[in-house]
Amino acid sequence: MLNYIKLIVLGLVVLFAMMGASFARDLAYQVHMILIMVVAGGLFLWTLRQTDEPEAVADLSGEYNDGVIRAGVIATCFWGIAGFLVGVIIAFQLAFPALNFEWAQGYANFGRLRPLHTSAVIFAFGGNALIASSLYIVQRTSAARLWGGNLAWFVFWGYQLFIVLAATGYLLGGTQSKEYAEPEWYVDLWLTIVWVAYLAVFLGTIIKRKEPHIYVANWFLLSFIVTVAMLHVVNNLTIPVSIWGSKSVIVWAGVQDAMVQWWYGHNAVGFFLTAGFLGMMYYFIPKQAERPVFSYKLSIIHFWALIFLYIWAGPHHLHYTALPDWASTLGMVFSVVLWMPSWGGMINGLMTLSGAWDKLRTDPVIRMMVISLGFYGMSTFEGPMMSIRAVNSLSHYTDWTIGHVHSGALGWNGMITFGALYFLVPVLWKRERLYSLTMVSWHFWLATIGIVLYAASMWVTGIMEGLMWREVDANGFLVNSFADTVSAKFPMYVVRGLGGVLFLAGAIIMCYNLWMTVKASPAKEKSLSTAVPAE
Amino acid sequence: METYTFLRQLADSWFLLAMFLFFVGVIFWVFRPGSTKAYEDPANSIFRNTDKPAQSKEAQS
Repeated sequence: MLNYIKLIVLGLVVLFAMMGASFARDLAYQVHMILIMVVAGGLFLWTLRQTDEPEAVADLSGEYNDGVIRAGVIATCFWGIAGFLVGVIIAFQLAFPALNFEWAQGYANFGRLRPLHTSAVIFAFGGNALIASSLYIVQRTSAARLWGGNLAWFVFWGYQLFIVLAATGYLLGGTQSKEYAEPEWYVDLWLTIVWVAYLAVFLGTIIKRKEPHIYVANWFLLSFIVTVAMLHVVNNLTIPVSIWGSKSVIVWAGVQDAMVQWWYGHNAVGFFLTAGFLGMMYYFIPKQAERPVFSYKLSIIHFWALIFLYIWAGPHHLHYTALPDWASTLGMVFSVVLWMPSWGGMINGLMTLSGAWDKLRTDPVIRMMVISLGFYGMSTFEGPMMSIRAVNSLSHYTDWTIGHVHSGALGWNGMITFGALYFLVPVLWKRERLYSLTMVSWHFWLATIGIVLYAASMWVTGIMEGLMWREVDANGFLVNSFADTVSAKFPMYVVRGLGGVLFLAGAIIMCYNLWMTVKASPAKEKSLSTAVPAE
Repeated sequence: METYTFLRQLADSWFLLAMFLFFVGVIFWVFRPGSTKAYEDPANSIFRNTDKPAQSKEAQS
């Protein structure tokens, strides 16, 4: 019966997409409708072939749903390489403008590739890592199979479709020009559907849990899912100009729109890149260190402090704008206070290793997780400092901001994700161990040196640029033109690009290592548990 | 009263107080007597059920 409903819905979607492809007012919309038509049509045929076939009913409640997590791990690796590669390309486009090729104008110049890079690393790489690891963590800590059967697969494939629609849209010009929220209205609607399904799977699993307590990682992950849903809906309240075109108009106007955008933007950092990845941290670091988290009490205070404070920090993106001073001061104060829970969480993660510090020498995976906390601590100190109005007047609009973002994103999000991948692959594919620990060490050092080159060059160029912009001569005239700052930045741009190359090289080594782990590592005999219950 | 004015006043008076008290309450709750022992079990829950789901409520710990 369910299959008949699916067939009707898919048929209608195909019909709508066909009409959309033919009536389309712009190229992005047309390509997307063709894409949706092909995907929905394929699903229609696939569903049709399965309809009225005898169903194999098996009781799967005795095992975890790991297939979707394996798929998520593969997707994380794939999008990671894609996102890092585009990042390296645009870094060199900035250093050598000739790389904005004439024949690719309007498709692959910096302006089109930049959102492709940010969305690919944040939402495709980071998002897949979060979805896969959250579904892994929630099953283990709830001692229950994922709720909703194949709904988890819908979440996985639906999210990949969202990524493809967003990425192709940017290249073809389908963007609403909101930073980190570029996808147009129909892509936003699709993501909302996928995200609600994700929430249902996650919450359903928590509700049917066998453990009495909800482990702290799940609190962070749940707050990430719920808050991102709220942010996404409010920041994308747009009215399409036509149902047959990608252009839409936001309901907010002027400074309210700016405030909503940065309320969204900063909380995307706070709840996507921080709370979600802290959920990963609170599970994978204790697992890899084989000891419980340093202080469970601190982790609870960390959670509540983080979610109470982060939501207010957005206005610090709007110093010296039309936003009222009280609002940007509020954002600034909360950003500074936020330093405390951030460092509380960092200390909690680091101290989990107390008594097992020798693992830092012997286990490159734990080294990766620890340096991610180091970068987390560094960027959560740098961020509050940069949010102070006086500092912001120097740092804003300069490369310092870009350096800050990357020390957080590459250092904290990237490294903790790599650590989680190194943990997950042997467990999910039932291998005895990783293929090569030497390669993990290589990855560690390449990535670390890459980030250091990146962050250091951006500090130098950012502060230099800020100082050059504000320099005035004895008569009060500006000394430098904008082009002067651009040419002065050239050497640092090259160093930044090289840092990106090192980081990308490390990630490629990781993918090879994980591939060989699955292919060549000895299989585990019966059980995949390495940890002994700690009673 | 206008909705905006009402919400604005509520936000920086009673609701602010309520959120602050909730937060202080959480801190007191976390440090309640006996909590160290109570949190030992959840902190170690990540080392259980790594291969397959628990079959019944009694199966765990």
